[in-house]
Amino acid sequence: MTFRIALRALARNKLRSFLTMLGIIIGVGAVIAMVAIGEGAKATIRAQIASLGTNVLIILPGTATQGGVRTGFGGVNTLTEGDAKAIREELRSVAFVSPVLRRPEQVVAGNLNWNTLVQGVAPEFQYIREWQVAGGRFLHDGDIESDAKVALLGQTVVRNLFGNDDPVDAVIRIRNIPFRVVGVLAPKGQSSQGADQDDTVLIPYTSMQKRLMRITHVQTIIASAVSADRVQEAQEQVTLLLRQRHRIQPEREDDFFIRNLSDISEAASSSARVMAVLLGAVASISLLVGGIGIMNIMLVSVTERTREIGIRMAVGARSRDIMLQFLVEAVVMAATGGSIGILLGIGSSEILKFWANWPTLVSPIIVAIAFLFSGAVGVFFGFYPAQKAAHLDPIDALRYE
Amino acid sequence: MSEVIRVENLHKTYRMGDVEVPALRGINLAIDRGEFVAVMGSSGSGKSTFMNIVGCLDQPTRGKYFLEGEEVGSLSRDAWAHIRNRRIGFVFQGFNLLSRTTALENVELPMMYNGVTSKQRHERAAEVLSLVGLGERLDHTPNQLSGGQQQRVAIARALVNQPALILADEPTGNLDSATSADIMSLFQRLNVDQGITMVVVTHEQDIADYAQRRVMFRDGVIVSDERKDTSVNRSERWSGPKASG
Repeated sequence: MTFRIALRALARNKLRSFLTMLGIIIGVGAVIAMVAIGEGAKATIRAQIASLGTNVLIILPGTATQGGVRTGFGGVNTLTEGDAKAIREELRSVAFVSPVLRRPEQVVAGNLNWNTLVQGVAPEFQYIREWQVAGGRFLHDGDIESDAKVALLGQTVVRNLFGNDDPVDAVIRIRNIPFRVVGVLAPKGQSSQGADQDDTVLIPYTSMQKRLMRITHVQTIIASAVSADRVQEAQEQVTLLLRQRHRIQPEREDDFFIRNLSDISEAASSSARVMAVLLGAVASISLLVGGIGIMNIMLVSVTERTREIGIRMAVGARSRDIMLQFLVEAVVMAATGGSIGILLGIGSSEILKFWANWPTLVSPIIVAIAFLFSGAVGVFFGFYPAQKAAHLDPIDALRYE
Repeated sequence: MSEVIRVENLHKTYRMGDVEVPALRGINLAIDRGEFVAVMGSSGSGKSTFMNIVGCLDQPTRGKYFLEGEEVGSLSRDAWAHIRNRRIGFVFQGFNLLSRTTALENVELPMMYNGVTSKQRHERAAEVLSLVGLGERLDHTPNQLSGGQQQRVAIARALVNQPALILADEPTGNLDSATSADIMSLFQRLNVDQGITMVVVTHEQDIADYAQRRVMFRDGVIVSDERKDTSVNRSERWSGPKASG
């Protein structure tokens, strides 16, 4: 009953009701849109990191205090293929292992050349990195054993050296050594650091060691854990094993460094989350301002409708009826404003997605919270005006000009 | 119980800063069911204060007020609201209708506070609007109605919950003389046909003539309380069907 009274009262002055709602509309719309942008960014980052392979550990030479050897080119030669083999054979929590050696090289095909990143890897690399083959085949154990001169090309390399032609069985030259193309990699896209993952050539790591680099150690080892919840266990076991193999005294530091990709993913997610929270906080402030707007307008409204309140009391409205009426008016205004704001926010997110190509993700939880929050704003900021209205003296109210 | 209103030794004193202003100084009055009473007096005489207390809008400082035998002078605000909803109907000089609201909705207003269903409200409101002669104008808003019509809507609203008593404060104050006569005839008709007790505040003798009893206030006390006898030129107003309404 009170609901109907409140709705009729709001409808009586539609323009004023709308203007009052404007603050909430904009506030809620902004919250929804900004959080959608934040969520979209988070999802994109997560997807990019996932494309590096899940449950992956990266083992680098050098100590943690050396700065983690970001470039992967350690100055220290402590990792060997023996280490990789041991990790593979002895540790139950590790599923796949591959040594990785990398160097930028110029690759020649016919009369075209292209500068790319050549990586020496083992066959299990494809499982760790979850990288499919688009044509031909991946490296196999025979290639490793025989230091074979075979290669797989990433999509970018194929495009730049072979155009639309199929490069399988073609010959490319690296440092003037001919390599036969045995396969083409599926596209991978950009890494989370912005590098083009398709701009690469994969060859057997033994070929890399002996033919291109002339070294006996390996630069890095990557491994994948059996499952996501065993990554920590795998990391610990690898640490123990390598300390043992490298004969590191208990009181000395590791001469290697293990990076856990899920840590990186967490770090990126948490910074995106912080951004989203900040944006949400700023937008929430505008919601609060919207609430203050409601309170102000309602106070004015109570004053303007003093006579009306007197009439209602004269025909039998109790204090509580008046209080409820104005509270409901405030909540209805806030909730309606919130709903319009939600639609506006979703609309803006969709527009950004289609026109500006920003990844946006509207979260239903945020929508529900925004709606409830606007209702709460209505109750909170409507309370004081409603109370004022309810405590008017009917005799004075009826006399009010 | 034939008494609708009984006040005993009613006092009301207002405090204005340091000064105490006695508005009512010992009122004793009884009004029976079916009476038509005019309350007169100049401003400051206490008649408005008296009406406010009788209307359960204000509390006496001293003394008792019995409405239909029940002492109501010191009830809670909520109890008073209930009384104003069910047992008393108000008619004001300024009509006091809700603007931008149809006649029907205005008349329905008291029923919105005592839980009457939508269908029943519509029916009852339409019924009383016909009673006061506005059956054709249910969906008109106040700004589409003349002064007299607005006052009729207000009267219908006052009647809608079947009160025992109608309190009218200068009901014709904003109306021209012809319309005033119409409205007062309507009051008479309601008083005679429906048996509703009428108490009308006025300062015009012409208006007071429609009542059977005249109570005069001055300086917070009642100075006269007369019943009219039917004299020759009054008989016109008593004839039934001819009275316009």
